[in-house]
Amino acid sequence: MASGSQLEAIKGAKVLMVGAGGIGCELLKTLALSGFQDIHIIDMDTIEVSNLNRQFLFRQCHVGQSKAKVARDAVLKFRPHINITPYHANVKDPEFNVEFFKQFNVVLNGLDNLDARRHVNRLCLAAEVPLVESGTTGFLGQVTVHVKGKTECYECQPKPTPKTYPVCTITSTPSKFVHCIVWAKDLLFAKLFGDKNQENDLNVRSNDGTNLTAPTEDVFERRTDEDPEQYARKIYDHVFGYNIEIALANEETWKNRNKPRPLYVRDVLPDNLIQQNGSLENCVTEESVVSSMLSLGLKNPQDIWSLSENSRIFLEALRLFIEKRQKDVGNLTFDKDDQLAVEFVTAAANIRASSFGISLHSLFEAKGIAGNIVHAVATTNAIIAGLIVIEAIKILQGDFENCRMTYCLEHPSRKMLLMPVQPFEANKSCYVCSETPLILEINTRTSKLRDFVEKIAKNKLGMNSPMIMHGSTLIFEAGDDLEEDVAANYALNIDKALAELPAPVTSGTVLTVEDLRQELSCNINIKHREEFDEEKEPDGLVLVGWIAPTQKDTRLVSNGESTSTAHPAVTEMVENSDEVGIAPAKPGTKRKLSEMSEITDNVHDITPRSSRDVNDQVNPQEVEDDNDDVDDDIVILDENPETRKKKRLQ
Amino acid sequence: MDGEELTEEETALYDRQIRVWGVDAQKRLSKAHILVSGLNGTAVEFCKNMVLAGVGNLTLMDDRPVTEDVLQSNFLIPPDEAYYSGRSLDELCCESLKDFNPMVRVSIEKGDLSQFDGEFFDKFDAVVVSCCSLKIKKAINEKCRRRPRRVALYAIECRGSCGEIFIDLQNYTYIQKKSDGTAECQLKYPSLEEAISIPWRDLPRKVSKVYFAMRVIERFELSEGRKPGETSISDLPLILRLRKELCDAQSLSESHVPVSLLERMLAAGGKEHPPVCATLGGVLGQEVIKAISGKGDPLKNFFFFDTADGKGIIEDISNSSTS
Repeated sequence: MASGSQLEAIKGAKVLMVGAGGIGCELLKTLALSGFQDIHIIDMDTIEVSNLNRQFLFRQCHVGQSKAKVARDAVLKFRPHINITPYHANVKDPEFNVEFFKQFNVVLNGLDNLDARRHVNRLCLAAEVPLVESGTTGFLGQVTVHVKGKTECYECQPKPTPKTYPVCTITSTPSKFVHCIVWAKDLLFAKLFGDKNQENDLNVRSNDGTNLTAPTEDVFERRTDEDPEQYARKIYDHVFGYNIEIALANEETWKNRNKPRPLYVRDVLPDNLIQQNGSLENCVTEESVVSSMLSLGLKNPQDIWSLSENSRIFLEALRLFIEKRQKDVGNLTFDKDDQLAVEFVTAAANIRASSFGISLHSLFEAKGIAGNIVHAVATTNAIIAGLIVIEAIKILQGDFENCRMTYCLEHPSRKMLLMPVQPFEANKSCYVCSETPLILEINTRTSKLRDFVEKIAKNKLGMNSPMIMHGSTLIFEAGDDLEEDVAANYALNIDKALAELPAPVTSGTVLTVEDLRQELSCNINIKHREEFDEEKEPDGLVLVGWIAPTQKDTRLVSNGESTSTAHPAVTEMVENSDEVGIAPAKPGTKRKLSEMSEITDNVHDITPRSSRDVNDQVNPQEVEDDNDDVDDDIVILDENPETRKKKRLQ
Repeated sequence: MDGEELTEEETALYDRQIRVWGVDAQKRLSKAHILVSGLNGTAVEFCKNMVLAGVGNLTLMDDRPVTEDVLQSNFLIPPDEAYYSGRSLDELCCESLKDFNPMVRVSIEKGDLSQFDGEFFDKFDAVVVSCCSLKIKKAINEKCRRRPRRVALYAIECRGSCGEIFIDLQNYTYIQKKSDGTAECQLKYPSLEEAISIPWRDLPRKVSKVYFAMRVIERFELSEGRKPGETSISDLPLILRLRKELCDAQSLSESHVPVSLLERMLAAGGKEHPPVCATLGGVLGQEVIKAISGKGDPLKNFFFFDTADGKGIIEDISNSSTS
């Protein structure tokens, strides 16, 4: 039970929760029990079956309904007299502007993606509302507190971006199963079932970059009179047979690598089996779910199929797409909840893996990798929600001194399973909460304004409706409500190279990029550069300035092997590529330290680190108190294991 | 682990957690039977976690009527007198929990657990006790220890902003994952009686102060014949006298049991702090899942959480002879 002064603060508080998922359900329950009276909750999602193992406010009968609304109704059952205002909407919608945020005393995040987290961070900074941010994956979790002017903001440390793989690893030289999955999902699946106009690297490239297999006739195009079965076999032979033969012809590639084995339907599947495939067609009745596993009688998603089983699934799934899902073909993107798509991608990845001598995986595992599914359990979410409420109460009482960021670990560190550390100071070079300019290295002669808008303003800076200014000249703004002539002018410029704009952008130009809704503005110094490393800098641009130039770019761990996750393949996918930036400790000042890891629930684009790594790399220092009845010792993270020094914090 | 496969329904429902602990662990969970005696807020959180995780059977025991204190940390019972009056806590919680996951069998058991025969415990893999005196906890612990097959015991104590979990897995062997492979690991747990009889001076240095404070208040309740949590700030003078006695007898400085900590615990009385319940219930759920599935390093043998410093601390309080 909260103490008197706590209760007072709680009762008068108006809080905003963003996310009604794994953490959100637990959080809403704990807030309501703790005495909160006025809670607003935003979530754009609807309920799915795979949520029910932990999002305990939802039942089977709620599948398909708004999470925010169902969560509200469920909590009102045990706390009927409190106010819960649900919004079945995207937090990035314009109605949730700075004014909207200003009405709250604290914002509590239970989000599952980096984009929304960054957006909320900016609105909280602009509205000057404290933010409690959280995330979990498996048994790991963290809660952090962000108060403008007192602690770092959510974006003070660079966030890991999704792992990307060099194109040639995917198209020509896969060495891990995940490479086969990426090939099956992003290249083959996209080529066969996705938008035909998209660029696609599916065909093998020779070392000079020319497309060796560019045929006069596109093999992937199915003639209207072509038998689906025949078509499927043709595709199989082309991608697993012919393309591999072509690749093998390039001897240089295989000098230090194992050569792949070309696979053809006739070798993998004896004739009788192919026929059986066809004869089974009758078994496929008008099921609600079209599934090749179902029609081939393969039941257990945990089983690892043989090459011939994978081949049969591949052919069958491809046939089913053509026969039963014709209307979808041409506009599909991979969806982990699309059973047939998962079956196809699993089979295709396994056949490719088999060809390259990589071990095969079950559909369950392949689905996890392809869908970037982050494992989640109820217990960690419950713990994290408890910790969020504890921090929220401190914030409401104005007790910022005692706010902590807390890590929930899988393996104890210095006896601690729940490890509180002091919040970090703001990064003085953070482009979000300070006014430090960024530097962009880009080829101004070849890069278009469109690249700048999409790759920099939207992607890297996370803005939704960016406005770009060159001095006082407005060169671009996003929006649907522009004047016709203005819009036409932007349309004219958007595909021009930066250097060829009416107000040319060249070395030394300072561009101002602004998002009015986020009240975020930053300056970017442009530096022209001709050459970029295709593999290391595939974007053809480099944006720097997140970390203070005085900081050393210290990579403490490379995140090689992680032993704490049950699922090595998934670990591979969610592995962190972020760096741990360390500020040199200045005497007499509090040390600014790096965030250890980014942990998220259901996240698709953020990547956690195992707690073993956490234990290895940071060195939590318990403050030594000579006097045993001092009860206020806290933990600080020391960046350097060599210089373990006891430090007293009051 | 062989045996029947998970159904399609189970695979779909438990997808995200199977990705954490694997199919074998999920199968073991679905065969496990857990007894929860005493339904305070932490126990209710724990029950929710186990039902969501897909434990096979969950049996509840708590025939207390619903009171204001019960309601303030319980999200299973609507605060509608017409609904709950005349019904016991376990009945009400059972009804609500059943609804969470139709694949879990939730039932209730009537009677006084401390009076039950030892055989009664044989069907359980784990017993979780709360809301009872130290004496009863010890008695149940002893019964569990005398069974031919291991019945794990977990005791929870939640006093305001502080909480404690005690764990007795008896002799526990598991496969520990290491960076260079796996190793068989054996742990020997003391009973509650053995653990709390260890002289304070022999405890690990800088052991959590919550441990001492819990022992002082527990002793006070026992000597005064009070029910757990039946304390208030007005008991402070007597508690401080008891603190002195105990510390003198154990030759430990009284500063190890800070007055401020005792005050916080006493002021809460029987009321729990919901964020503490959520946190403790989560840690306890994780531990029980670990012990049942045989996956992960189990905690030995005390866990403490205090919102004042935010630390969740594991203490190994066992004799050299028992550890």
